[in-house]
Amino acid sequence: MKKYDAIVIGAGHNGLTNAAYLAKAGLNVAVLERNAYIGGATVSRELHKGWTYTNCSYVCSLLRPEIARDLELPRHGLQVVPYGGGVTFKRDGGYYGNYYDHNRQYREMARHSKRDANAYERYTADVMKQTRLIRPFLLKRPPDPTSLKLRDLRDLTEFAGSFMEMGEEGLADTLKFWTKSVGDFLDEYFETDVIKAHLGGTGVIGTALGVYSPGTAYVLLHHYMGDVDGNVGSWGFARGGMGAVSGALAKSLLGYGGEIICDADVDQIVVKGGKVTGVALKNGDEIHADVVVSNLDPKRTFLDVMDAKDLPADVVRKAQNFKIRGSSGKLNIALDGLPTFNGLDKSSPLMLGDMHFSDSLQRLERAYDDWKDGTWSKDPYVDMLIPTQTDPTMAPPGKHMMTVFVQYAPPKIRGGEWTAEDKAGFEKSVIDQIAAQSPDFKDLILHCETRTPKEIEAEVGLTEGNIFQGELTFDQLLFNRPFPGYAQYRGPVGGMYMCGSGTHPGGGVMAAPGANAAREILNDLRQPNIVPGGYADD
Amino acid sequence: MSAKSDDTMMLTTPFHSRVKEACGLNCWGNWMGYTTPNAYEDVELEYFAVRSTTGVFDLTPMNKYRVSGPDAEAYLNRLVTRDVSKIRVGRVGYTVWCDDAGQVMDDGTIFHLAENDYRICAYARAIDWFNWAALGFDVSIEDETAEVAALAVQGPTSCATLLAMGLEGLDQLKPFGLTEFEFEGETLMVSRTGFTGDLGYELWIAPHKAEALWDRLFEAGRPFIIRPFGTDALEMARIEAGFLQAGVDFMPAEEAVRNGRSRSPFELGLGWLVDLDKPVFNGRRALLREQAEGSRYRFAILDVDGNKPAQHSFILKGGKQVGTVTSAAWCPTAKTNVAFAQIEMPHGAVGEELVAEIYYQRELHWTRVLAPCKVIESPVFNPGRRRATPPAGF
Ligand SMILES: Cc1cc2nc3c(=O)[nH]c(=O)nc-3n(C[C@H](O)[C@H](O)[C@H](O)COP(=O)(O)OP(=O)(O)OC[C@H]3O[C@@H](n4cnc5c(N)ncnc54)[C@H](O)[C@@H]3O)c2cc1C
Repeated sequence: MKKYDAIVIGAGHNGLTNAAYLAKAGLNVAVLERNAYIGGATVSRELHKGWTYTNCSYVCSLLRPEIARDLELPRHGLQVVPYGGGVTFKRDGGYYGNYYDHNRQYREMARHSKRDANAYERYTADVMKQTRLIRPFLLKRPPDPTSLKLRDLRDLTEFAGSFMEMGEEGLADTLKFWTKSVGDFLDEYFETDVIKAHLGGTGVIGTALGVYSPGTAYVLLHHYMGDVDGNVGSWGFARGGMGAVSGALAKSLLGYGGEIICDADVDQIVVKGGKVTGVALKNGDEIHADVVVSNLDPKRTFLDVMDAKDLPADVVRKAQNFKIRGSSGKLNIALDGLPTFNGLDKSSPLMLGDMHFSDSLQRLERAYDDWKDGTWSKDPYVDMLIPTQTDPTMAPPGKHMMTVFVQYAPPKIRGGEWTAEDKAGFEKSVIDQIAAQSPDFKDLILHCETRTPKEIEAEVGLTEGNIFQGELTFDQLLFNRPFPGYAQYRGPVGGMYMCGSGTHPGGGVMAAPGANAAREILNDLRQPNIVPGGYADD
Repeated sequence: MSAKSDDTMMLTTPFHSRVKEACGLNCWGNWMGYTTPNAYEDVELEYFAVRSTTGVFDLTPMNKYRVSGPDAEAYLNRLVTRDVSKIRVGRVGYTVWCDDAGQVMDDGTIFHLAENDYRICAYARAIDWFNWAALGFDVSIEDETAEVAALAVQGPTSCATLLAMGLEGLDQLKPFGLTEFEFEGETLMVSRTGFTGDLGYELWIAPHKAEALWDRLFEAGRPFIIRPFGTDALEMARIEAGFLQAGVDFMPAEEAVRNGRSRSPFELGLGWLVDLDKPVFNGRRALLREQAEGSRYRFAILDVDGNKPAQHSFILKGGKQVGTVTSAAWCPTAKTNVAFAQIEMPHGAVGEELVAEIYYQRELHWTRVLAPCKVIESPVFNPGRRRATPPAGF
C-alpha cells in the first residue's frame, strides 16, 4: 500500500493545477481520476475518426496568465489563439455582428442604432470598472470578514480600499451590479433588441437563471474578467481544444514528479480521529495520505465521497442547500464542410466567433421559462462556434468541427430521468434552430455528440451537470463560496481541502481555485509560498 | 462614402478622391473610423502653409449634431456650461459639457444657425448623452456627421483665397461669426473658426458638392499658395495655439474607467467657460462645490527650456513628481518649446518654476534631461490677424 504526501481527487484542470503546485513544492502527490482520461470539463476527445471535440468547455479566456506562465504551460504544448468576431442572426433575416476593431464595431452597431453604438462606450467603461474590481482577487483566497487574523484583515482592507477608490457613485453602482439582472443592466444602455440579446447571453451561460433574474449581471462579468494576452474580455481557442489546457497541466505536473492515476474511482475519503488518512477506491484499494484535496463540487465532496458522520452536521446541511442546478447541454458536431449562413459571406470575420440565434431578451427569457417548466428550451439560446476555421488540428483539412453550447436543459425532465426521446427532442430543437439560418447545415452533419445535463453529470461528475460546480450568484461568491466558514479551501476535517470550481473564484477554466488552494495547503504545511499572485492590473 | 449601408470597413470622406490624389506620402491615419491623411507631402511645409499662406484640412469626420425644436436653446443651456442665450444667431461659441459630477465629457463648438436651430461639433461621439440630457425638452437631435462635408481653410491668405473663390463680403465676417453663400445651387456655410489659432475659416457643404468645392478652392487659392495639411501639422498648430484635445489632454468623463481620472473645466483651465450664474446646468452643483473646496489639478502651459519636446514627461518640483505632460511640441513660429501639463494643486500657478523630466532618443541612445520650465499665462501664438476684421491680404 502506497502512501503519498497528498492525494488530489479528480483530474479536472483545477485538480491538476493544485497537484502541480504541490509537486513543484516537493510533495509526493498523486491525482486520482475516475475516468480513463483526464481533464474533467476541460477535455478534448476523438469520438468520430479524424475529429477532435472540445467536449465540454470550448473557449478560453479566464485561465490565469500568471499560472500558465509559472507552470510553463506554453512549453508543455498550450497555445491560446484569440478569435475575432461573433454574430447574432435575426429572425427577419438580418444580423448583428461583433467586430474586435473599435470603429468597425461602432459602425456595425450604428447600423442598428447610433445611440446604442455610442452608449456601448459607456457600457464598456462601466463593465471595465467592475472587472477591475474583481480581477485582483482572482488569485487570492477570499478574506474571511469575521476573522481577526492579520492576513484576513489585510486582505479585507485591500478589498475595502479598491471598493472605496471607486467613489460614492461607483460603490452604489457596484452593489447594484452584483445583484441585478443582466436584462435590467443592458436596458440601461441599449434600445436595440438584437444588441441586448447578443450581449446578454453571457449573463445566463451555465446558470439556471433567466436574463431578468437578479444576479445575472455578475455572470456576465464572470465572462468578461478574463483576458487573452492582456486584452481583458477577449476570448480565444486553446489549440487542440480545451483538452490542451489539461494536457499541458498534466505534463507540468509529471515534470515536477507528480503522478496521475486514471480509472481510480474514489469511493470515500477516509477520516480517523478528525483527520484524513487517505482514500478508499470503489475497487477496494486504499491509498494513504495526510492531505486529501477534493476537485469535486461541494455536493459530491461532502454528500458523496465523505461520510456524513465524519462531518459537522452544519456542513452537511450547507452542502445540501448549496445551489448547483443544471441548466446547460452541449452538441459537438463533425461537419463535412463549412456551413453557409444567411446573409454572411464565408470569409466574413463574423464567422470566426460565437454565433447565436436569439435576437431578443424576450426570447431568452422564454427559453428560461421552459427550464422552469422542467423541460429543455424549445427555442434555446445557443453559443455556437466553428473553431476549425482558426485551429487546423481538430478536423481534416476542409472539414469542420462545431461546438454548440445550449441553454436551457434541466437536470431532470419534469422530475423524471431524461429518456432517449427527450434527448432526441433536445438535439432536434438545437439542430432545427441552426438549420433555420443555414440551409446546408443538416446535410453536412457527419456525427453529433449530444450531452444533456444527465451525460454531463454521469461523464464529468458535475452534480446536475452544473458547469460551474455551483451557481455563480452573489450568495455563493467570495467568502460564501462554497459556504461561509469554508471559503479558504480548508474542509471541516484535518488535512482535507477543496480545490474545484465550487470554491473562489468559481467556475470556468481559470485554474485559480486550484492554485489558491495549493497556497493554503503549503501554508498549513509550513512550506514556502510558491504560488504566484496576480499581475497588477492598473 | 461607403456604397452599402451595412459596410463596416473604414470610411472615407466625400473629399477622398482629391485627398488621395494629394497625399503623395501615402501616410494615412484613422480618425473616428475615417481614413484621413497624417501628412500629404511634408509635415513642416504643411504646418507653414497654415502659418504663412493657406492650409486646408478635411474635418468631415468631426462629429456633428443638429439640435433644433422649440426648446433647443433651453436644452443647450441645461447641457453646456456656457450661457447659450449669449450666442446669437449667426455666431459660434466654444464650450464644454459636464456630467453631473462636474467632469468634462467633451469640448466643442455650438453654431447658432437660426432661431432654435443649432449645430454642435464635438470630438467624442455624444448622441447617447445628448439624448439622455434631452429628456423633458421638446427638441430633436440628429447625428449629421455624414451629411455635412467640411473643410478648414486656415492661414494668413485664407481670406484672400476665399474672396478669390467668389465669397464676396467674407472679409466682413468677424471671428466666431458664420454666414452663408450659394455654391452651385447648394448652400455653402462659412464660419470664421478653426483649430489652428490663426486667421481661418471653416466651410460646410452637402457631400455631393464636396469635390467641386475642393476643386474651386484650390483653383482660387493657387496664387495665395494653398496646400492641404494632415493631422500631424494640425497637432503642431493646435499646441502652439493652446487648444486642448479630448482623449489626449483629458479623458472624456464617461469613458474614464479609473475613478479620479476625469477632470473638471476648472482643472483644464476652462473655468472661463463656466457660467455659474445660470441657475441650472449639468454639473453645476458639483462645480459650485469645487469652487468652494478647491480643485485637485491645474492645467498649465509650460515654456520648457531647451529644444527637446517634453512628450510624456513627469513634471517635478523639488525632485518630487507633481504632474504629467499631456501634449508637447516645439513650436516653429513661436520658436518655443511648449508643453501642456496636469499639475497637482497647489502647484502650477502662473510664473511657477518647475522641472520637466524628458527622455529622448538619438540613434538608439536614450538620454534623460531635467529641463527647467515655467508656467506661462497664455498660449505662445496669438497673432493679431486672427481677430482683425477685415483681415489683411496676407
Ligand atoms: C458543457 C460545458 C461547457 C463549458 N464551457 C466553458 C468554456 O467555454 N469556457 C470556460 O472557461 N469554462 C467552461 N465551462 C466550465 C469549466 O469547464 C468548468 O468550470 C471547469 O472545467 C471545472 O474544472 P474543475 O477542475 O474545477 O472541475 P471538473 O472539471 O469538474 O473536474 C472534476 C474531476 O473529478 C473527477 N471525479 C469526479 N468524481 C470522482 C471520483 N469519485 N473519483 C475520482 N475522480 C472523480 C471528474 O471525472 C473530473 O475529472 C464549461 C463546462 C461545461 C460542462
